[in-house]
Amino acid sequence: MQRFESFCGSAAPLPRDNIDTDQIVPARFLARRRADGLEAALFHDQRFDKTGTLVESFALNRPEHRGAQILLAGNNFGCGSSREHAVYALLDYGFRAVVAPSFGAIFFQNSLLNGLLPIVLPQRDVNVLLVAAAGGTANSFYISLERQTITTGATSFTFDIDPFRKECMLLGLDDIDFTLRQLDAIIAYEGGSGDPSLS
Amino acid sequence: MPRSLFDKIWSQHDVLSRPDAGTLLYIDRHLIHEGSRRGFDILRDKGLSVRRPDLTFATADHYVPTRAHATQGVPDADKRGIVEALEGNTKAAGVQLFGIGHRQQGIVHVIGPELGLTLPGTTVVCGDSHTATHGALGALAFGIGASEVAHVLATQTLWQHKPKAMRITISGRLRPGTSAKDIILAIIARIGMSGASGYVVEYAGPVVDRLSIEQRLTLCNMSIEAGAKFGLIAPDDTTIAYLAGRPFAPTGDDWDRYVARWRKLASDPDAVFDRDLAIDISDLRPMITWGTSPEDAIQVDGCVPDPDHVDAKARDRARAALDYMGLSAGMRVTDIAFDRVFIGSCTNGRISDLREAARVIDGRKAILPALVVPGSTEVKTQAEAEGLDRIFTSAGFEWRSSGCSMCVGMNGDLATSGERCASTSNRNFVGRQGVGVRTHLMSPAMAAAIAVFGKPVDVSQIVDGDR
Repeated sequence: MQRFESFCGSAAPLPRDNIDTDQIVPARFLARRRADGLEAALFHDQRFDKTGTLVESFALNRPEHRGAQILLAGNNFGCGSSREHAVYALLDYGFRAVVAPSFGAIFFQNSLLNGLLPIVLPQRDVNVLLVAAAGGTANSFYISLERQTITTGATSFTFDIDPFRKECMLLGLDDIDFTLRQLDAIIAYEGGSGDPSLS
Repeated sequence: MPRSLFDKIWSQHDVLSRPDAGTLLYIDRHLIHEGSRRGFDILRDKGLSVRRPDLTFATADHYVPTRAHATQGVPDADKRGIVEALEGNTKAAGVQLFGIGHRQQGIVHVIGPELGLTLPGTTVVCGDSHTATHGALGALAFGIGASEVAHVLATQTLWQHKPKAMRITISGRLRPGTSAKDIILAIIARIGMSGASGYVVEYAGPVVDRLSIEQRLTLCNMSIEAGAKFGLIAPDDTTIAYLAGRPFAPTGDDWDRYVARWRKLASDPDAVFDRDLAIDISDLRPMITWGTSPEDAIQVDGCVPDPDHVDAKARDRARAALDYMGLSAGMRVTDIAFDRVFIGSCTNGRISDLREAARVIDGRKAILPALVVPGSTEVKTQAEAEGLDRIFTSAGFEWRSSGCSMCVGMNGDLATSGERCASTSNRNFVGRQGVGVRTHLMSPAMAAAIAVFGKPVDVSQIVDGDR
């Protein structure tokens, strides 16, 4: 995982509720390997029409939202499947944070583990950010994970994050290494080589 | 202090707890399918190996061809590569694989319970959001992504924060023609797609007590469709009778010891839940979805909602859903004409589901293209021994081999754009069964009836007997 550095960027609005993982990455793209990149698969059936032509009216395709690094979404973003491709596609497209009132539980965890920052804010705060993002924002948003803030103009909102996940994201650490340092505790729990659930 | 079923399982699996990171939970059973390729890649990149291959079990389900049931039958080279990667990775790691061609192959959430891999009081994870299915046996089971799959492969543990607890008490009596699928669709319609987000859900009450294990599996299966990672039911006599003699269940003296332990797992009578919900299903009619979210479920005798009359916040989504689904506001559900039927999936691909569907079509003819895909090879074998396959094929249904098939279409079993599909699966998301395909979720009995009549009917009028 890459270290998560604070950054200035623009935000794209996609404020619908319940955007599911099948919309984020249609299942037919799941055979691709991580290294192949999933940029083109992101929101594929909304970004492109049946002939493969860009749908100009879709938020991410509008000139003022091209290159956005922050996605402003609705309730329950990333509900549905556990497929991590949804997170990879957002990262490959260039997103580094998603702001929403709530997230699908498995998507939320997948995001934290891959360096995509999921920011939970109350709907009224997301609405303020949506107003600020309307019509294009030219890098006017600033996110600091260290201070747990998202700022635009004179407005700044603070968000919560699990301190352990915050540390991992800031340092670019993966939790497997961290857990393997607790191997003694795991071995003690197992109490031998058998099946611990049948002991 | 009184404890819930969930509290008991959670604390029994607490390897260590930290205020910042939560609880390091021990994982008793790691079930994997083709989607584990990325997890194995991460492991390999880090120079690690599978820590407990003896607690890891694999099957092929998502990319399995249901016609030519062989790895070589996977038509697309990339997809075949994923199945071959599962075969290679499990072989190299010494993980038992119920792969294509194995007599115990099947959808991971069908074979786990069927083989007795899933046991009460255990923790079960799988890189699949429908893992809560296994909670029907009183296991703490949840879906995880590829990074967590790698974490479990490497450490046999996971860092988790304890969720809030919700109990849904279901009372009343199921009317003929209704089943657990109708109950769970009614619950999701009531609490919404994120209604249980952040919660573990324990299903309880007299209706749950009377449900068979297969019906309980259907109930827990769709917990994630209400936002809950975990769904649970306390083990009881029905659970114990179901598990007795399963290939991986304990035997002999061990069996009695485990049964005694399982009997202590149920929530204490005065256990406290953060949210307590009660639902009476006495008036429940067969349910069917009209929109593009599982919460868009209504009774078969109802009408498609009018977006002008729904909550303002939901109005735009309802309009978009009606537009995608090609339906008009206010039309009767029984007037919706279908093009195709799919019976199968981890939600409704078990033997009792197939029996239920066969009961509806017996002696009738399908007027729509209809596909039956057993949830496991053992389900298929059992169905054939009972002659269900002949009921289906003589009614004009296609009888296929086991896999996830048209629930998600990753193996190529898809409908074509604009088609309307009656499906016993769990998600009616836009494009789930193919670009532009309109999916309606329902029970196996309803799907079978649609194959025969072309439109929804109240199946309680064509099947009899109370359950």
